[in-house]
Amino acid sequence: MQAPELKAPAFVRSGRSRTQVERWSWIFMRASGVILIVLIFTHLFINLLTGDGVNQIDFAFVAGKWASPLWKVWDLTMLVLAMIHGGNGMRLLINDYARTTWLRKTLKVALATSVTLIIVLGSLVIFTFDPCPEGTDPALLNIELCEDLGRL
Amino acid sequence: MTATAEAPAEIGAVETFEVTLRVKRQNPEGNDAHGPGEEYWEEFQLTCLATDRVLDALHQIKWNVDGTLNFRRSCAHGVCGSDAMRINAKNRLACSTLLKDLNPARPITVEPIAGLPVLKDLIVDMEPFFASYREIMPFLMTTGPTPERERLQSPEDRERFDDTTKCILCAACTTACPVFWTDGQYFGPQAIVGAHRFIFDSRDEGQWERLEILNDRAGVWKCRTAFNCTEACPRGIEVTKAISEVKHALNTGEV
Repeated sequence: MQAPELKAPAFVRSGRSRTQVERWSWIFMRASGVILIVLIFTHLFINLLTGDGVNQIDFAFVAGKWASPLWKVWDLTMLVLAMIHGGNGMRLLINDYARTTWLRKTLKVALATSVTLIIVLGSLVIFTFDPCPEGTDPALLNIELCEDLGRL
Repeated sequence: MTATAEAPAEIGAVETFEVTLRVKRQNPEGNDAHGPGEEYWEEFQLTCLATDRVLDALHQIKWNVDGTLNFRRSCAHGVCGSDAMRINAKNRLACSTLLKDLNPARPITVEPIAGLPVLKDLIVDMEPFFASYREIMPFLMTTGPTPERERLQSPEDRERFDDTTKCILCAACTTACPVFWTDGQYFGPQAIVGAHRFIFDSRDEGQWERLEILNDRAGVWKCRTAFNCTEACPRGIEVTKAISEVKHALNTGEV
């Protein structure tokens, strides 16, 4: 009796990568997840549970918060981490569910574009924010802050 | 009224009950009622013993009701791992699942394990599963001259990978994994368990080659710790824990 001839396996895994990308992606998700829990829940606590709660949130409230560099950095970190964390999660889902290379590429380009766009727009708002724009009804402004700044 | 003594139950007699088995079937050649490759459910009414397992019910169908029913089984005692199937929406071995534990008052559903191509009825093509297992090189890799005696190991060193030596390659874990269902590239929990058994074996020297393979984008990082594998394992292996230990080894560089 002859031994059966060995054939190459019918199922070959494609796209071998020898990089550490997936490992760093996993570590990033763990670390940013923990940081985001602290950032988001503190954010929600400060905005919704202290002072007048949800009714206090208006332009003047945001202006008052962003007068302090702490909240600028806080919101910027939250924005960047949340977008990359969520974007990376979506990337994993696309890898799982999009079967054709064309669909996978298209979705990933759309995802990268929207993540970048939101981060850029968000940071732009945080950095170029004007608490006392000219010609605005003073009733909408944070009067205390604008008087301190000499803008009112 | 005369007192009548009830007939005493026969000693050693086993209770019987009626049970409905809903089996998901598929015939690649088709039959009178169904086209080739069409999936359909078929119900079987059976009278089973209280001690019967799902496998006994399937035998009863195949031997007495419908000989065309196809399923794998070999040892029928939970050792060979041939008869993993999805019973009442959970992966189990048909030979180690008692009917009475499945609420026989309602129909019991039996399906092939998910995520692998169905060949016929309850038989799936296991090749993608075995291909993943082969890729992690499930054999002892050593350097240096072969010792004349067996390679000795302390009980503590053996304890390190004891859990993953229990694997019987039944595929219940891999086909319970949601990532495996959607992503055809993922190695699956079983291949990682198979690798874990050698990575943490003090006698083996191929651990970094295996870890390198599992560091791939089809490797351990695809695991989202859904715990479906741990729940499905008929041998009670803590599969998700084993996967985490492999991740830990890759992150710390310590085996």
